[in-house]
Amino acid sequence: MNTSVFAPWDDPGEKPLIQFRNVTKRFGEFTAIDNLSLDIFEKEFFALLGPSGCGKTTMMRMLAGFETPTEGQIMLAGQDIDPIPPNKRAVNMMFQSYALFPHLSVWENIAFGLRRDSMPKHDLEERVEAMLRLTRLEQFARRKPHQISGGQRQRVALARSLAKAPKLLLLDEPLGALDKKLRQDTQFELMDIQEKTGTTFVIVTHDQEEAMTVASRVAVMDQGQLMQVATPDRIYETPNSVYVADFIGDVNIIRGRARQNGGDGYHIDWAEGQEALTAASDNGFDTGQSCHLAIRPEKVAITAERPSDAANAVQGKVHDIAYLGNLSTYYVELPNGIIIKAQTANTRRISRRSYTWEDPVWLSWTATAGVLLAN
Amino acid sequence: MNRLSWFNAVSLTLGFAFLYIPMIILIVYSFNESKLVTVWAGFSTKWYGELIRNEAFLNAAWVTLKVAVFSSTLATILGTMAAYVLVRGGRFLGRTLFSGMIYAPLVMPEVITGLALLLLFIGIGLDRGVLTIVLAHTTFSMCYVSVVVSSRLVTFDRSLEEAALDLGCSPAESFRLVTLPIIAPAVISGWLLAFTLSLDDLVIASFTSGPSATTLPIKIFSAVRLGVSPEINALSTIMIAIVTMGVITASLVTKRAMVRQKQEEQAAVRA
Repeated sequence: MNTSVFAPWDDPGEKPLIQFRNVTKRFGEFTAIDNLSLDIFEKEFFALLGPSGCGKTTMMRMLAGFETPTEGQIMLAGQDIDPIPPNKRAVNMMFQSYALFPHLSVWENIAFGLRRDSMPKHDLEERVEAMLRLTRLEQFARRKPHQISGGQRQRVALARSLAKAPKLLLLDEPLGALDKKLRQDTQFELMDIQEKTGTTFVIVTHDQEEAMTVASRVAVMDQGQLMQVATPDRIYETPNSVYVADFIGDVNIIRGRARQNGGDGYHIDWAEGQEALTAASDNGFDTGQSCHLAIRPEKVAITAERPSDAANAVQGKVHDIAYLGNLSTYYVELPNGIIIKAQTANTRRISRRSYTWEDPVWLSWTATAGVLLAN
Repeated sequence: MNRLSWFNAVSLTLGFAFLYIPMIILIVYSFNESKLVTVWAGFSTKWYGELIRNEAFLNAAWVTLKVAVFSSTLATILGTMAAYVLVRGGRFLGRTLFSGMIYAPLVMPEVITGLALLLLFIGIGLDRGVLTIVLAHTTFSMCYVSVVVSSRLVTFDRSLEEAALDLGCSPAESFRLVTLPIIAPAVISGWLLAFTLSLDDLVIASFTSGPSATTLPIKIFSAVRLGVSPEINALSTIMIAIVTMGVITASLVTKRAMVRQKQEEQAAVRA
């Protein structure tokens, strides 16, 4: 079988659709975007992820044309889009509040952008009908926005922004107003529509689960800078900084000092009177350099006896248990007061749980389970 | 329906009597046969007939209507523009000063406004007539319009305009196709407010009107000084009727729109 993985970012010959070139955006004294460079490729589903105020919405508004960069350039298909006003850009946006026109019907909302292009009547009608079919809104065409549910409004907003077949679709927290169940369904719907239309999507979200689910690549932002840009699995498995590791999912961070142990192996001295931990890392560390070992709770095993073959094993007692139904997270306190989280799937009923509060337990993990980070 | 307690019934009666007895007396005496306003001499509609033949009154009514329509339309355009800039213009230099200054004419005594306008018209050599009254009425009523419209614009979701731009509208198109239809109720009530203000203004009109153009309030006021005639009562009754019909129509229209919206919402919930 010859299936090629969609990864244009690994292909040096591929031309990016969007290029941020050393873009800085200041609002008065405040620097929202700080000398940022980024390439986004055609047909990508690209997620900008970060806490509120990190600059992700500013990035999107600059792409839409509502803000202009203070310094640097933004290129769309090789063209500097700085002088192009928002109404002349082949970019459409789906707004966080949906921004549906309350005085127009669903049909007219979707047709709004097409009418501006003075599309022939017949083509226009066909296009609107196609959009209604795509978003399964056929029977709501004559309704006004206030007469449909939140999920339907979200689909109208999507249909309206897709109607003009933009080169790039921007989605600003598109699912923020939906409840959790509907949000999950809609995420898959979005991915489906993105695949069907082949449009490049850039989504802004503060919901890491959403970003991980929908995106081909995720950019984690903080204070106007990109912390890491990578595929969801790489962001999760090999974060490049403590910030990214901590922002995405749950993580244990153990501070210590690295000691080289031949090849890519390291010993980490992390606490008085405790055996050094072992970890493998591609990043080079000098002996004596301070480092952080980041380990995901689900990669830490919890056992009653010390496992004989584990690379790392520490003893402690169960301090707390968070029961999530499908999973349980054990908060294990080590003798020196550090708490390490271990997560297990609840394959048995809760009454058969093996460990309870104050039980002495062993935590263990392999040398490659964690990531060794400098900062 | 609840029955009112005797106390509430009395309060209601007294309150409404206070408000409406003067007007009821005026209406009743407009159908008086006698020329003497205070002596009842049987029912008649002859003063309405007299009124139709009274050209001075008809001319004044026509002038008043023209002034009200032109000035309220002009005031609505200018007031909406001012409101738009003050709410949407961002923080340009002197914005706070301007938004304070737009409210100042609301509290300015009418006599001063009238006098100031009179001095201006004399200064630039503009003959007093319909034009000067229109300009004067526009001046003071545009503040009211801008207050009404800006309070609507403050709550207007800005992303609607951005969405219009994003979908290919020029800024002017986005205003015409999105902003204006949505704020239309506020603009219309601004227009109605300006229209009413112009219709019953006496002070400013008396400063700015000339021999060629007299408005109805001025005409009535000067006629009353020579003695109240039943004709004036008839005229006032007609004005009350027009205003009442206007108010009832407006509230019916609003109510119907509300009922329809509610029905549609219920239909949407059921679907």
